[in-house]
Amino acid sequence: MTKLVKNIREAIELSGLRDGQTISFHHHLRNGDFVLNMVMEEIADMGFRDLTVNASSLFDCHRPLLTDIENHVVTRLMTDYVSAGIGHAISEGIMDTPVEFRTHGGRAADICSGETPIDVAFIAAPSSDPMGNCTGKFGKSACGSLGYAMPDAMHAKKVVVITDNLCDYPLQGWSIPETCVDYVVVVDAIGDPKGIVSGTTKITRDPVGLVMAKNAAKVIKASGLLKDGFSFQTGAGGASLAAASFLKDMILKEGICGSFGLGGITGYMVDMLNEGCFKNLMDVQCFDLKAVESIKNDPRHIEIAADQYASAKARSSVTDNLDIVILGATEVDTDFNVNVHTDSTGYLMGGSGGHSDTAAGAKLSMIIAPMFRARLPIVCDHVAAVSTPGKDIDVLVTQGGIAVNPSREDLAEAIKAAGLPLIGINELKAKAEALTGKPAPLAHGDKVVAKIIYRDGTEPSPIYSVK
Amino acid sequence: MAEIIKNASAGTMESSDAFVTIEPAAANQINIESAVEAQFGESIRKSAEEVMAEYQVSGAKLTIKDQGALDCVIRARVETAIRRGMEA
Repeated sequence: MTKLVKNIREAIELSGLRDGQTISFHHHLRNGDFVLNMVMEEIADMGFRDLTVNASSLFDCHRPLLTDIENHVVTRLMTDYVSAGIGHAISEGIMDTPVEFRTHGGRAADICSGETPIDVAFIAAPSSDPMGNCTGKFGKSACGSLGYAMPDAMHAKKVVVITDNLCDYPLQGWSIPETCVDYVVVVDAIGDPKGIVSGTTKITRDPVGLVMAKNAAKVIKASGLLKDGFSFQTGAGGASLAAASFLKDMILKEGICGSFGLGGITGYMVDMLNEGCFKNLMDVQCFDLKAVESIKNDPRHIEIAADQYASAKARSSVTDNLDIVILGATEVDTDFNVNVHTDSTGYLMGGSGGHSDTAAGAKLSMIIAPMFRARLPIVCDHVAAVSTPGKDIDVLVTQGGIAVNPSREDLAEAIKAAGLPLIGINELKAKAEALTGKPAPLAHGDKVVAKIIYRDGTEPSPIYSVK
Repeated sequence: MAEIIKNASAGTMESSDAFVTIEPAAANQINIESAVEAQFGESIRKSAEEVMAEYQVSGAKLTIKDQGALDCVIRARVETAIRRGMEA
């Protein structure tokens, strides 16, 4: 038998896709992805209507999708993250039905439980054999982990693998097995390597960022969690990476060895693995070339599926055993609620991704952010969108002081004992406003353009159109 | 009383700064483009007007392209643009 079909159109025809059904995509090729656009072009050309697109994230390279939305080829969107180019159109009201934002763990959980069934999943595979055993670890479009595609492959009614590197059967070291795959399509290129993996993200050199990062590392030390067997995740932002770098020095100096580093993995986490900071990396997505090389060559660097990463409905997931996470925020309110969905003008430009999942699971969930950013204080009365509820946030580290959630008196005591600058969250807000002035409230439009579905299924706050 | 006799500018387009230009005009006119217009547009206008009044500028078109500068920065950039515009 063969699963090879001659092109994407034939795969769509054979899949039995009908109007009103749901198709899915994953985002490991990030802003270099060609697959979503290639598939949507065929789908639009074939005259389909009213489809739901469930994509783990959407980037600016996916802007052609906006035309399919205008033409009612696509009438519902589910995603975990949108970059600004897509977010702007959503905020301006391009969809009649609100976009459903989930967390990375929430998306996986709802796919695995059948809450959000997928009719046809399209898997962008940097290498595949003719039966669909596929991986992201090698090939000219290598992206490393295929973690976010795994729930789709396991649970979609039909699965189409699209590759630009067809290998002999059996492909060694597959990430998704042939048992899940219906059709295999070979194309010239599934993506642009320049957009797939970034160069190495640089540690910040901004003095404000470095002060925050140093204090973040000291807070982690004060928390008492930095001991043999610890686990750690950090974002890929400059200040978070700087914090990780200070943390690394501390770990090596004290001769501690952690259990695992988790996440979207960057070259910095690979360095920490190689220098003995932890025994393993658990990787749902590679951010740079160094991470891709590492997951290909180092058995300690383990690929994990999105549901194992962060599903709240799985029997267990890695985030349940996470000790420390360093996260970012566009806004934090005085109840510690965090917004990572909208920018200061009310436009969508992000999403939870794994933010809420790791914050919920980690014993210490830390936000690191400047006291104000371009005149806008980080702390406000009410965030425009609750991406992660304040109950899951333990501490906010800024250059103007460290604010601890009142529910974590133990942590506040430990930080105080370590001689670090504690500040109440309301005082921190006042301190920033003394420099910036008090911002006028931002008015929003009347239309609900998106809803945030938190990992427990609750919907903390709708997102409105811009005015 | 300050007379604006030539085009002048101050500041940069960097984040947290403002780029201010001034040019001679029949009457005072202030144009503001700001990354934080919704939150601070009124405040920026008020500060610019105050600095213009301080120097008794009566015929100038002032343009502020603000990237989220603090109030003290806005005032300093406006003042510098005015003083440069007064110089022969």
